[in-house]
Amino acid sequence: MTTLRITIDPVACDAYGYCAELLPEAIVLDEWGYPMVDGRPLPPELVAQAKRAVRDCPRRAITLREKKAGS
Amino acid sequence: MSSTSIWYATRASGIVALVLLTLTMVLGLATTSRTRARHWPGFAQQEVHRRISMLAVVFVAIHVLTSILDTFVHIGWLAIIVPFASPYSRFWVGMGTVALDLMVAVFVSSLLRSRVKPGTWRAIHWLAYGSWPVAVAHTFGMGTDAGEHWVIALGIVCILSVGAALLWRVRAAGVQKEALAGVKVPEIPQTRLALTPRSGARRYDA
Amino acid sequence: MTRSVSQALPEVASLHHLLGHPVDLAGHIETHGALAVSLGHGTSWQRALAASLEESGLAGRGGGGFPASIKLAVARAGGHGGTVLVNGMESEPASNKDKLLLTRAPHLVLDGAQYLAALCRAKRIVVCIPIGSDGVAAAVGHAIDERSSARYARVSETVVRPPDRFVAGEESALVNFVENGLSLPVFRADKGSALRIQKRPALVHNAETLAHIALIARNGPGPFRARGMAEEPGTCLVTIGGAVELPGVVEVDRGVALRDIAMLSRPVEPAQALLVGGYGGTWVGPEDFGTPYASMSLRMIGASAGVGIIVVLGAEACGVAESARIARFLADQSAGQCGPCVFGLPAVADDLAQLARGQVGTGLMPRLDRRLGEISGRGACRHPDGAVNLVRSALKVFAADVAAHAQGRPCPYRHKPSALRFPRPITI
Repeated sequence: MTTLRITIDPVACDAYGYCAELLPEAIVLDEWGYPMVDGRPLPPELVAQAKRAVRDCPRRAITLREKKAGS
Repeated sequence: MSSTSIWYATRASGIVALVLLTLTMVLGLATTSRTRARHWPGFAQQEVHRRISMLAVVFVAIHVLTSILDTFVHIGWLAIIVPFASPYSRFWVGMGTVALDLMVAVFVSSLLRSRVKPGTWRAIHWLAYGSWPVAVAHTFGMGTDAGEHWVIALGIVCILSVGAALLWRVRAAGVQKEALAGVKVPEIPQTRLALTPRSGARRYDA
Repeated sequence: MTRSVSQALPEVASLHHLLGHPVDLAGHIETHGALAVSLGHGTSWQRALAASLEESGLAGRGGGGFPASIKLAVARAGGHGGTVLVNGMESEPASNKDKLLLTRAPHLVLDGAQYLAALCRAKRIVVCIPIGSDGVAAAVGHAIDERSSARYARVSETVVRPPDRFVAGEESALVNFVENGLSLPVFRADKGSALRIQKRPALVHNAETLAHIALIARNGPGPFRARGMAEEPGTCLVTIGGAVELPGVVEVDRGVALRDIAMLSRPVEPAQALLVGGYGGTWVGPEDFGTPYASMSLRMIGASAGVGIIVVLGAEACGVAESARIARFLADQSAGQCGPCVFGLPAVADDLAQLARGQVGTGLMPRLDRRLGEISGRGACRHPDGAVNLVRSALKVFAADVAAHAQGRPCPYRHKPSALRFPRPITI
């Protein structure tokens, strides 16, 4: 079963913070405004919001990647 | 529809379009200078900027269409795309065309943002800085309602708003530079990015 | 001067006896024989050499410790026409082994690159020597000229000079520099994916690894496997520094106890800690001095082997202050691309500096602990991770000192000049 995981490109990220606003259940900002994700698979009910975060990031720094279970 | 009604539609939609474009510019500048309204999330601010720009496009479209369809003066379909191709008021209609062309480029590139390289998108978006002043010049150069007091007042408000937003954005870039000086960004010969801490500093970009 | 710990074992896999003085091409051929590579695709020679490398169990000597045969397989799968990069950057200030290898035995290193180039059908070899290491660049340049005049080299060899910065030696930063002139690490979501230069594979190896490859190619995997441990075979070069009488580069078998390695350089006083792996490595306390110098054993005590470096911290030194200096150095060496590194490392360095001075307000220790947890793993490269590991090991190994400093009783040694080498003086 494939799951989606959030990946942040730290070079592209410029701490706009929209992803944390849209997805507070999965993304928290550190003290300097940069996103922290825990690497857990995304629960299905958050996927739509996550896709919106991907679309809204001004730097296209956040992506959703498919990971096979167990990898 | 009588020629006069079409003419009023052209003028009205033009004024509305100018206001909406001004709002778009102000919101865009606020977004990049990382100015945040207190209880208004940043993603929503960006979304409002996008939606107002779409509304502006609609009113510009109405403005352009009605001006072409108006039989009283002859502008011609070509003048929509090619600047200074209109027999009527060649220069000022031409300015409108220039503003329109730049605006369409910005709009289309934003619709296709996910397919365009970030650097390319940003470069095209900068054309907005050219489009808006040209639109203002077109509004007052055309002269139709430019003598009316309320139109002049509106124009001044628009210019002051964008001017203020621009100054705010330039200041934000300066604040950000200071914040980075405190962080001692290392001297790499080809560092190409600047970064922003959340605490108060702003970021400079397009 | 270099010394080998196990003098009794066969020398044919050793590097140290090749490093006594510079060797020119003629001398190199006399000792090792000429370079014999078979070009082509899928030849039996290639299969045999690839099998040799795999059997040897050689792991990278540049800090990553990644099996050379796996890296090679990834590059080979990427097709032909690629580039082999010789990583001669040696960005750890405490390390000297690669400079030594490249000035005394450049032909051995270049031969190693030629063997790899033949195996993955690369079309060029690029040797990366940082700006400022002009002696090394001259020696390598001279060797390359000898090889091209004698038509000895099969694949073209050139030298490039990236900037002299810590992250410049990172694999993706080297590849980025060769391809785009930007000495900046590149984010790869999948760290195992192949590096590429203009869509062709790029294979990056440390100079010492390539020297071993050249010896394995000529002598087979046997002599290499006869040294070291079964799980981690071979020898490695270690630069020993700090409070010792005879600082320098030694060659040791993998698996020799840390204490025995340090003793080779004759410490001047009992050591209170050893810095293993350089500034991106970890501290090890006296209770663990008997740990074998091998990745697995070091990992079990929360340390990492990293690059072959051991710095001896004498008894009359302040581990907290030295760690604060290292943290400041690492913060200054950030590439400046990723927020957690650009802002996080200086914040941690500030915290450690305060700790070193003994001016600790409430909340500093929990804040430092939180930051260390938050910074790791969030950069494009492992630079912030290395810094975090260094600081964590300091808090553990110097726990008693840390507690005293935190209570406003810093030790008197924090004002002593640093025993550590830095490119520019570091103040905390």
